[in-house]
Formats: sequence, structure tokens, C-alpha cells
Amino acid sequence: MADSLRTYRMVAGMWIRSTMTYRASFALTVFTSFCVTFFDFVVILLMFGQVRGLGGFSFAEVALLYGLTGTSFGIADLTMGSLQRMGKRVRDGSLDTFLMRPAPLLAQVAADKFALRRFGRVAQGLMVLVWALVLLDVAWTPVKVLLLPMTVVCGAVIFAAVMVLGASTLFWMQDAAEVTNSFTYGGNTLLQYPPTIFAQELVRGVVYVVPLAFVNWLPALHILGRPAPAGMPDAAAFASPLVAAVCCAVAGLAWRAGIRSYRSTGS
Amino acid sequence: MPFIELDTVEKIFTVRRKTGLIRREKREVRAVDGISFGVDRGEMVGYIGPNGAGKSTTIKMLTGILTPTGGRLRVAGIDPARERTRLAQRIGVVFGQRTTLWWDLPLKDSYRLMHRMYRIPDARYRENLDRCVDLLDLEELLDVPVRQLSLGQRMRGDIAAALLHDPDVLYLDEPTIGLDVVSKARVREFLRDLNTTHGTTVLLTTHDLTDIEQLCSRVMVIDHGRLMYDGELAGLHAVGESERLLVVDLERELPPITDVPGARFVRSEGPRQWLAFPATASAAPLVAAVAARHPLLDLSVREPDIEAVIAKMYGGTREERRESLM
Ligand SMILES: Nc1ncnc2c1ncn2[C@@H]1O[C@H](COP(=O)(O)OP(=O)(O)OP(=O)(O)O)[C@@H](O)[C@H]1O
Ligand SMILES: [Mg+2]
Repeated sequence: MADSLRTYRMVAGMWIRSTMTYRASFALTVFTSFCVTFFDFVVILLMFGQVRGLGGFSFAEVALLYGLTGTSFGIADLTMGSLQRMGKRVRDGSLDTFLMRPAPLLAQVAADKFALRRFGRVAQGLMVLVWALVLLDVAWTPVKVLLLPMTVVCGAVIFAAVMVLGASTLFWMQDAAEVTNSFTYGGNTLLQYPPTIFAQELVRGVVYVVPLAFVNWLPALHILGRPAPAGMPDAAAFASPLVAAVCCAVAGLAWRAGIRSYRSTGS
Repeated sequence: MPFIELDTVEKIFTVRRKTGLIRREKREVRAVDGISFGVDRGEMVGYIGPNGAGKSTTIKMLTGILTPTGGRLRVAGIDPARERTRLAQRIGVVFGQRTTLWWDLPLKDSYRLMHRMYRIPDARYRENLDRCVDLLDLEELLDVPVRQLSLGQRMRGDIAAALLHDPDVLYLDEPTIGLDVVSKARVREFLRDLNTTHGTTVLLTTHDLTDIEQLCSRVMVIDHGRLMYDGELAGLHAVGESERLLVVDLERELPPITDVPGARFVRSEGPRQWLAFPATASAAPLVAAVAARHPLLDLSVREPDIEAVIAKMYGGTREERRESLM
């Protein structure tokens, strides 16, 4: 683990330094990526101008959901986004090079071409989150206050684990990248809205099958004093760390198995 | 105990091929089919064989990139697939076909990252880098992004990268592919020096017999994933009954030369004739005999190449062999 962190810092640091050499273009890319994600939020804003709520949730409440998942997903995407290239690496055999080096593979691949511009997404998520907290009328207790940062961190870990799990499947099915994206990017979009607007089957799937509901829905509903979805007990709001740990374990096993069945290429 | 040890190592690839719209056929490719050998510390061994013989697959298993399907494999007492990262500290790998450097970064940034990733002590790193830069003539290339380097330049950069951490073993998979004569000579010189002064164990794969002739005292030949020969290069010619070719230019078109003992007429083209003789025999008496009996203008001797030797050793019709000899 320490080795992975060290490797990640080293490789990511090198990519940051190499992108920083073109300062102006770097500033520009950060700015554009921020704008793009910000427009997402503007769309929601405009929608609320027409309707005064969504599935029984007020504007500030939806903003809380949006801010929580947006920040978590942003962090996961910033740190693990390079896993997007795994399919190509497995197919063309360029993973060989990473496997020759005395450093954990996952850290090397995840940190490869580390792009600080993805930070735009995190910043945007945070902004919406702060905005929501200002607007919300919640009876804050110490537990609820602590629940917030924990939710963001665990959410990021769950998203990251799903990304690793998805990348692992590429060792066997090199063209499954789209499926993975539907769970991560698609999951993020889904979690921006309150569970009450979706079909019960879908909500149940997100709670029990792919446990993305623990990213924001369950803790946020607790903070807002609303009942947990899909028949979950109220205490499930605090289960995110456990769910995150289980996701990590599963993803870790899949990744190991993936490496063992990596077959490189004939040339 | 040998430094590199393989005991009936196998690698089987299952490939699926589309035979119909949905139907797929499963097929097994035995890329490495029960190979056993040992390499001692400080040896420099050539590992040769025709295309698809299983050379690269073996090297990938020795690196830990591929997990063997069966058999036992140890490098410096380490099981490569199981302890890949620990082994990486002790080995250097150069794939002629693929760079191990960071494509978008200048050469020297790649080296700097290796410095830290391999935890090379500063003094060691500087010393090794200086030596490689000097011997491989890299000075002017250090600031150039790897993707802008020519094939030969990149290969030299890769060889240096594989040696910065003082590996005990160096695997080279076609390190001279695509290099010009000067670069080839420089690389060979460098490897010989590395082996003699540092005692680095070297396992070398190549299709250029000259690499082997100039560097390796021992050669292993594999074909279809099996070890066919393990011994001295000269012995290979004897075992393979390989032939060299004598190309003679006569003054005019003449009937085939069949009266020279030890030589076999192959073909003619106008005044030029091709004669084959055993690779282990000396060419001098043959040349004298031809010159004594025929009006000779010019002549040259063609060495058999590795492919031809192997083709002759194992299977292949006489016609194929002859074609590969020419
Ligand atoms: N990733 C793979 N998937 C399926 N088959 C493979 C794979 N890698 C290698 N093979 C097969 O294994 C056999 C050995 O390949 P390998 O690359 O080891 O040959 P080689 O001796 O290095 O040949 P060359 O001289 O052409 O480099 C070939 O038949 C090849 O088609
Ligand atoms: Mg090869």
C-alpha cells in the first residue's frame, strides 16, 4: 500500500511537472473543463426555475445530492481516470512495460498521464456542495457534520473501486470499456437525482447489486431526515465505510486475477 | 544452482477464432511446450529460433509479465510471476519491438523516474548514467522526447534504461533489429563489455547470427516451443548439417561443375554457379580445386543464416531449404 502511494506520487508528480511546462495551455484546459462541468449544473438550475422541486425534493436537497456525488466522482476520476486506457493497453500489449518495473501495477497505470485538468470536476462538485449547505435548513448534529466528509471520501473510494473492477474485466473482455463507463459515469448521473423519481427496481439494484447508493443517497437522506430507500434500515447511512472496504477487496481480487491472466501480444 | 532455471515450463494460449456469425472455435497454441534449461551467473547465451518459436513468450515468463501454464521457473531464486516487482529490481529487459521508456517524455525524464522507481543510490545512478551516455552516445538525445527518436536511437536509450539499476541479468529480445551496421557494432561492443567487466548474465534473442557469433559462447535453439539444441554455435552447424554456398563467376557459361569433391552443384545462371558445401568444412581447398579446373573470375562464400540452419535441422523439404539458403 505504501509502495503504491509512493509510486503514484512519483509518476503523477512527473506528469504534472511535464504539463506545467506549458503553463498557459494548462490554465486554459483547467478553465474549459471547469466550464463544461459547470454547465451541467446550470441545466439543473434552469430546470428548477420551472419546477419547484423534483420527486418531492427541494432545490437545495437535490443540490446536496449533486454536490456529494459530483465531488466523490470527481476525486475518483482525478485519481483513477487513466484506467480508461486499460482496454487499449491490454489489447496492444503496452501493459508489458508497466509489468517490468519494480512498482505496483495499479498505481503505475492509474497515475500514468495524470491530468490535473480533471480537478475542474472536483472543484465544481465542491462548489455545488457548499452552495447546498448554505441553502439547506437542516438541524445539524455533530454526527451529521461528521457524516459529510466521510460520505465524500467513502463515495470516492466506492467509485474508484468500481473503476478498478471495470478495468479488471478488460483483461478478459477488452471491449467492455463501455459497460464500465455506464456504471461510473452513468452512476454519477443517476445519483445526482433523488431516488424517488426512479423505478423501484432500479433503486433496489443501486442499493443491493452495485452499491452506488452508499456514495450519497443513504447518508444524504439521513442528513435530510428522510427515510432510506428500498427498505434499508436507517443505520445504513453509516455503512458507507464498510461498503467501500468490501468494494475495494472485490476490486483488488479481480485486479490480481486479471494480471495473472494477462496474455500480452504476439509481437 | 543455476541463476536462471526452467523446468518443463509451458505456456498455452487459448485463442478463439470466429468461424461463423456467432460460432467460435477454441484452439490451443502451445507457445512454449515443456522447456528446461539452466543459465549460470555471468553466462551470455543466445536464444534463437524461427518466427513464432516461443522466444518472446519465454522472456516474458522470465520477466513475470506472463504466468506460465505449467512447469517451474526461477530467476535468482525468485518465482517471476509471483514476485514480479521484487524480481524487477534484479533484471533488465530490452524489447527491440517496444520501448520501455515514457513515450511523451524526454529521455532524461524517463531516466530520472527510473532512478527513483528503482531506488538507485545517487552516486550509482550518476555513474551508470554517465557510462551509458558515453558508451552509447546518448548525450545529444537526452532532451528529446522518446517519440521523436529514431529506431536506433531509441534502442540505445532503452538499453541504457535497462542498466541504470545494475541488474544481475539482462534479457534482450531482438536488440539489434533495424539497426545500421555502426549501431549494431556499438551495441555489441557495449554488451560484451558489460558481460566481461560487470559479469552481467545475458540472455539474447535475435535473428542476426552475427550477434550470436560475436557475443555468445552458448546458444539455445527452440522451435515450436521446444528446445532443439543447447551448446556451442559451431556445434549447431555440425548437428544441423548446414551448408555454406560458394558463388563462382566463370569466364563464360559452362556446364555445371560436378567434378569438385565435397561440393554439390545447386544451380547456375549464365556464367555464375552456386555450389553448396558443409558449413563445417574449410572453403580454401574447395576454392583451390575449382580454380585449378575451371576459368575462374570471381567468387564469394555465403554463410548459412540461422533460419536456414534451423530449417535444415528440423523438417522442411529440400526445396524449401535451398530457397532459404539463397
Ligand atoms: N498474446 C498471445 N495470444 C495468442 N497467441 C500468442 C500470444 N503471444 C504469442 N502467441 C503465439 O505463441 C507463439 C510464440 O510466439 P512468440 O512471440 O514467443 O514467438 P517468437 O519466438 O518471439 O517469434 P519472433 O521471432 O517472430 O519474435 C506464436 O505462435 C504466437 O502466435
Ligand atoms: Mg519475438
